[in-house]
Amino acid sequence: MSVLSSVSVRRPSRLDRAKAQVGWLSALLLLVILVVWEAAVRMLDIPAIVLPTPIAVFEALGEGLGTGSYLPHIAVTFTEIICGFLAGAGLGIALGILIGQSLFLERLLYPYVVAFQTVPKVAIAPIIVIWFGYGLSSKVIITAAIAFFPLLANTIVGLRSAPTEQIDMLRAHTATEWQIFRMSRLPQALPFIFVGLDVAIVLSVIGAIVGEFVGAKEGLGFLILQKNFNFDMAGVFAILLVLSLIGVGLHLLMTTIQRRVLFWANSNQIHVTGL
Amino acid sequence: MHAIQRSAVVAPVAREKKALVTISSLEKRYRSRDRADVHALCDINLAIEDGSFVTIVGPSGCGKSTLLRILAGILARSSGSVRMGQTEIDGPSRQVGVVFQSPVLLPWRTVVDNVMVPSEVQRLDLGAARKRARELLALVGLADFEDRYPGELSGGMQQRVGICRALVHQPSVLLMDEPFGALDAMTRETMNVELLRIWREQNITIILVTHSIPEAIFLADRVVVMTPRPGRVAEVVDVHLPRPRTLAMFNTPDFGRYVTTIRRHFGSVGTE
Ligand SMILES: Nc1ncnc2c1ncn2[C@@H]1O[C@H](COP(=O)(O)OP(=O)(O)O)[C@@H](O)[C@H]1O
Ligand SMILES: [Mg+2]
Repeated sequence: MSVLSSVSVRRPSRLDRAKAQVGWLSALLLLVILVVWEAAVRMLDIPAIVLPTPIAVFEALGEGLGTGSYLPHIAVTFTEIICGFLAGAGLGIALGILIGQSLFLERLLYPYVVAFQTVPKVAIAPIIVIWFGYGLSSKVIITAAIAFFPLLANTIVGLRSAPTEQIDMLRAHTATEWQIFRMSRLPQALPFIFVGLDVAIVLSVIGAIVGEFVGAKEGLGFLILQKNFNFDMAGVFAILLVLSLIGVGLHLLMTTIQRRVLFWANSNQIHVTGL
Repeated sequence: MHAIQRSAVVAPVAREKKALVTISSLEKRYRSRDRADVHALCDINLAIEDGSFVTIVGPSGCGKSTLLRILAGILARSSGSVRMGQTEIDGPSRQVGVVFQSPVLLPWRTVVDNVMVPSEVQRLDLGAARKRARELLALVGLADFEDRYPGELSGGMQQRVGICRALVHQPSVLLMDEPFGALDAMTRETMNVELLRIWREQNITIILVTHSIPEAIFLADRVVVMTPRPGRVAEVVDVHLPRPRTLAMFNTPDFGRYVTTIRRHFGSVGTE
């Protein structure tokens, strides 16, 4: 029966170990930067309203979290990020699937989509706030508008990426277009869609803050403006830290989901980002 | 439609048994806007008997894949007729299984789920299909690999999975386009022997395209020799080597004579 052929198995490689080492080095670098920063501010006597020391920033952070004064704002901004992301990503994927169905639809609709994308979302944010008010919905819409495009572009490219041989194989065994979509095109598009999701989730954080900058009564962006107004630089930096933690957390969540869903995908495949 | 004109090509044996696939006056031109048309197939006439093993051999670019894709119903012909039994082939058929040069497995499905694809597509009884998929995998020595993913299998194993997939829905015709072209010589020979065993056990008609003359002879009841572009049938050679075939036959004088007969058509060019 001749099953002499060997089975290849993935094991932790030298590359993985090298990655871990770089991780440690990277953490060390952060520590060095913080120490130099602290020392520079103290020695050069830089005023706290220009640049706070790292220690002051951590103190402000501790206070904000400890007293619970950040919490309602974190909840508001987080809600805006998640709702905007889901709406924008959902719309991007749906429209991507629609446009991906035919070159005709692509030629018909894509120019308008690109035109929309070239308009800076920051520039339309004031209009959105006037139309939809100072509450949650205007932030969700601005965030969605930013999260939308990476998913649209990646979905279209992804759906086109199915190998013709795979489609021929399915068609030769009498698959319908819908079966070909379900069994080949969509799974083939998933790695591309996940790249889009990862880009979009990080952009969503920006979207929510931009929205709050333009007009809001609560949220982390609103809090930044308020602290800026009061010359509380340490407070501003503390909130920036919270924001970047939210961003990194969401990015890690996304890559974890991606690794689970795309267990079969080659990690060294190259994908477009759609930006 | 058209009468079979080049009757010399259709050997008399064809009339003793039932012809399963009948190709008459088949033409294929690839049209293109910016370049000259490609005349890929020219006046192909063939009758393929039920249960036979037919190989098609010819140099690269002579239209072998084109012919197979037309038989599979995934490429439209320009003119002529292709019938399976009494019905004209005008699209993919449930009676057909196809194997391509590369295994074309779906990497997100396990081996057994890959084999199930045609049954799923054709909405057959999935319980029965799974049982049959397991039997087929056991037949090609992959019983222990059912629940692995394709990425964990070697090229030869993947191609075996592809063959099982083409058989799972119990087709009457198996179309194979250079199925072993990407394998090393050793694996290729074992696969040839295995394929003959499958053919015997599954009671199926096989049409296999190759550019290897020895492979074409070793497998076939009849070898269809094609000319370079535009592809025509140069000769149909009946192979009378005894069955079951063994790898030792490659070195017999009879085998050598078949090789010489076929190689004549390619002159110094050869196919391999
Ligand atoms: N889609 C196509 N459009 C135009 N020409 C094609 C196309 N597919 C194949 N051809 C041409 O038709 C000829 C036969 O191709 P093919 O059937 O693939 O040959 P083979 O399988 O024998 O190598 C070749 O010259 C090839 O370039
Ligand atoms: Mg070919």
